[in-house]
Order: sequence, then structure tokens, then C-alpha cells
Amino acid sequence: MKQTKSYLSKTVEQLKPSGIRRFFDLASSMEGVVSLGVGEPDFVTPWTVREAAILSLEEGFTSYTANAGLLELRQGISSYLENSFQAVYAPESEIVVTVGASQAIDLALRAILDPGDEVLVIEPCFVSYSPLVTLAGGTPIPVQTKKENDFKIDPADLEKEISKRTKAILLCSPNNPTGTMLNKQELEQVGRLAEKHDLLVISDEIYAELVYDETYTSMAAIPGMRERTILISGFSKGFAMTGWRLGYVCAPEDIAASILKIHQYAMMCAPTMAQHAALEALKTGTLDVIDMRKSYRRRRNYLINSFNELGLDCHNPGGAFYAFPSIQSTGLSSEEFAEKLLLEEKVAVVPGSVFGESGEGFIRCSYASSLEQLQEAVKRIKHFLDNNR
Amino acid sequence: MLLTDKEIEIVEILERDSRISNEDLAAMAGLEIEETNAAIKKLEDLKVIVRYSSIVDWSKIDGHEGVTAMIDVKVTPKRGVGFDEVAKRIYRFKEVKSVYLMSGAYDLSVIIEGRSMNEVARFVSQKLSTLDSVLSTTTHFILKKYKHDGTIFEQGEEDKRIVVSP
Ligand SMILES: Cc1ncc(COP(=O)(O)O)c(C=O)c1O
Repeated sequence: MKQTKSYLSKTVEQLKPSGIRRFFDLASSMEGVVSLGVGEPDFVTPWTVREAAILSLEEGFTSYTANAGLLELRQGISSYLENSFQAVYAPESEIVVTVGASQAIDLALRAILDPGDEVLVIEPCFVSYSPLVTLAGGTPIPVQTKKENDFKIDPADLEKEISKRTKAILLCSPNNPTGTMLNKQELEQVGRLAEKHDLLVISDEIYAELVYDETYTSMAAIPGMRERTILISGFSKGFAMTGWRLGYVCAPEDIAASILKIHQYAMMCAPTMAQHAALEALKTGTLDVIDMRKSYRRRRNYLINSFNELGLDCHNPGGAFYAFPSIQSTGLSSEEFAEKLLLEEKVAVVPGSVFGESGEGFIRCSYASSLEQLQEAVKRIKHFLDNNR
Repeated sequence: MLLTDKEIEIVEILERDSRISNEDLAAMAGLEIEETNAAIKKLEDLKVIVRYSSIVDWSKIDGHEGVTAMIDVKVTPKRGVGFDEVAKRIYRFKEVKSVYLMSGAYDLSVIIEGRSMNEVARFVSQKLSTLDSVLSTTTHFILKKYKHDGTIFEQGEEDKRIVVSP
């Protein structure tokens, strides 16, 4: 037999490992770490939702559901999206319930990409985007955003990267890791480019519930854009349901049908218990979302204010639960900063560079942590800066 | 009275943690420190913020566990002053922690704290039920406090998240 390694797919071999993994291993091996490195809510799923899932088990809902998910859930998602964000999708033919937004992104890309097709990936961004494009046979083309624009997309920078092979633009608002939210005008600018060059837009709206200053606009609500948008969302962030693995993808009928085709072969359906939980989340969990949003907003205000006072220049992020301060004043790279900070002060953050080239010089700090933890982290970071500047 | 959104924000934050520094409170509410100080003063003057207190789990302190009783009281309201007069006669006793006027099967809900069951029983039989307007009392002793004023006493839910994630 050949060496086991030689059997592996070249594509997979060439994917670079996520930079987050290294920090996870390092931080996990230490005691007394204050972590601002967590990309999920600090809230436990609302009890009404957990209780509904328990009830569904008691009643014996343990079999497969329809491939696209429980119709009742798709109907719930449809009215929720329409009432909250004026995004209109038919429950019978345009919504597929998935295993997290993660699977939704994977399905969307696999449904539209042929080898050689390019996807413009707006960076800094969620670590999965480019690898998933590659795994779907496409080529990710990073488009950078800049601090001086609060990490909003500069249409000129975007247009420069459009080629004959470009099929879609993949963006996320509010964004992980920058927290930046695109408003209606900014989405329209992207939309106009998509129309001009006849591209699709994959819009990751997983943080749509968590916006703090302006009202949220969905790409699918921009006039003319519904037909070329694949909307990705889910219950992980807004409803504090990361471990349930439940998301959804909405798209015009032809695309949704293609997505469903892959889903039915590769996954059958999303977990039934989680679907019952999600149904309840849409019924009663929205009240909890209001409280959680308030709590995040207060902690955001505290943390952004603290970073700016410490001289770590930080824009005010409109949504999600991440602060993305600049650490350039220390002269350290973001990787060096994060590693030193962890070793010297036991504060875990994620270096901006893992989210793309334009993330270099920044660190991602999650404020999904109690105020006491944030205060302790700020104290330790201050101490760190006093020693390293 | 009508309060501004920012004042309500301050009240909500303080209700959860009254020991937060004014600086942190200002940052969380997105206000200047002077505005925050002024708003707190106003809220105190208006008695919207009545008092700053702590939630104490006395059951943890040996010799100070004490007993709490909730007493349903039926009374005859007085012409002109309704229930207020008898409520006042009751709430003036220092043993009485809370008095609420209730809808439903009885009129006043009275919460009493004492050092022992005997002490509470004595108070009910000698002070409360002997009041002119009190028709009847039903006393319920609290056996265990699970959750009080929105706070769960047995803090079971530690952070179960992995330390770093995408
Ligand atoms: C931008 C973004 N998209 C998608 C996901 C994945 O979410 P899910 O838990 O629904 O798979 C995350 C989670 O970190 C994220 O930050």
C-alpha cells in the first residue's frame, strides 16, 4: 500500500488550516484565560425554546422531516423574513432548512459553481468562505475592505476584481469579524454592480437580528436584487442556538431547487429536534432576542469605548458581537500581538489576519461575555500595552 | 412621569448591577459622564430609583438563615380610604418586608421575615390578625428560595463554550 497521505485529495491537502485552530489549542491548554475569542453568544438558548425541543422528543418526533425541512418551519421562516426584513420567499419552493448557516453557504456555492468560476469574497470575513469556494470547485477572489471606510465595501475596489469568470459576490453584513453593517445605500451600490455585470450575490445575514444603531436592511429587500440573491441565515447567533446546528437558505426557485437536490443526497434533512426548537424560537424566542440585543449593545459600547481610551483605535461596529480594534500602534503583527497577549496576560483574542489580508493589524474581540469578564480583559490588555509600547 | 430612552437605559442597567461605576455606566449607555451623573441624580430625586440594595442568600450564613412567610390577608376596606389605611397599619411593622394589594381571592399579600417560625407565628397571631379590619390570614412559609428578583440562587450554568471559535 502507498503512504496513506498519498491517497488524500490534492484540493483538501492544499487548503490551509484555519489560523483559529492554533489559538484554540494554545488557549485550551492554559488555566485562568479570559476569552474574547469566542464566536458565539454567551447566552444559553431561551428556555421556551429548549422546553419545546424536549417536548418534541417526549412526543416522539424523532424521524426524518421533508428534505427542505418541516413545512410549518419554512412557513414560519417565510413570515419572519417578510415581517422583519421585507424579504419575501415562498415556503414551498424557495426556502431550504439546513444544518447551520455553514451548510447553507456550502450548498449555495456547490449549487452555482463550476470549475474555474470565480467568487468575490469580501474580506476580512468568516474563515469558511474561501475554503468552501475552493471545495465547491470555484476560485475565491478576495476583495479587501479598509479601516478608513469602517470596513465597508468600496464599489471601485469590488469592480476592479470582476472578470468574465466571476459568478457571485459573497458578503456578510453585519460582518464577522469587523461588526460592520452595510446600510441600504451601501447594499444598493453592490446591487448595481451585480446587475451591471450580471452576478449573483450570496448574502450571509446570520447576524441580522444583532444590530444596534440603524435598522437592518436585507440584500433581498433591495429593489431588483431578490432575483439574484441567495440569502443565508439561521438561528445560531440571534437566537443563541449555535449547538442546535440550524440554518436556512432562501433563493429564487431554480436555485433553491438545485440546492435542495444536493441537500437531499448529502444530508437528507436538518435535525428534527432542532427544527422543532426553531419553530418555537420564531414564535416566542423573538422576545428574548430583544433582551439579548440590548445586552450586547451595552457591552459593545463599553468595550469600544475602552479600546479607544487605551489607544487601540476602533470603529463603532453596527452589529454582530465583535470589536475589531487596530493594534498597529504596538508595532506587532496581529498574530504576534494575540500570542503575546495570551501568554503574558492570559487574554484570548483572534488575530485579524486569519480573516484575510486586510485583517492584518487588527484583532477580533468578542463582547459576548459578561461585563465582569470584559472589565477584567480590559484591565489585562491595559497592563499588556503598558509593558509593550 | 415620562423618562427619556437614555434615562430608562440607566435605570435598567442599575437595576441589574447597582454597584457599576458611573464611568462604566456612562460608557454602556453611550452617554457623557456629566449627563450620566445628572440623570442618576434626577432619578434619585424623583424616587424612581428608591434605594440601592443587594440580593443576599442568607440561607448560606449559619445562624442567620431566618424564615420568610407569605401571608394572604383578607381585610374589610374602610370607607373613603379603601385598603390604604389598613395597608399602612401593616407595613409600619419592621418585621414586614413587603405589602402588596392583590386581585383575586384575598386582598393583601404580606411578606414577613423573622428569625424563627415561632417569631413569625407570634407576629401573625398577636399583631396582624388582631388588627380591626383583618378578617383572616393564611400563612405560607417559604421552604427554599430558588430564584429571587430574577436571580437564580444556585448558579448552575457555567460557561460551556469552547475558548476560541470562528
Ligand atoms: C458570518 C458567519 N456565517 C456563518 C456562520 C456559521 O453559523 P452556523 O452556526 O449557523 O453554521 C458563522 C459562525 O461563526 C458566522 O460568523
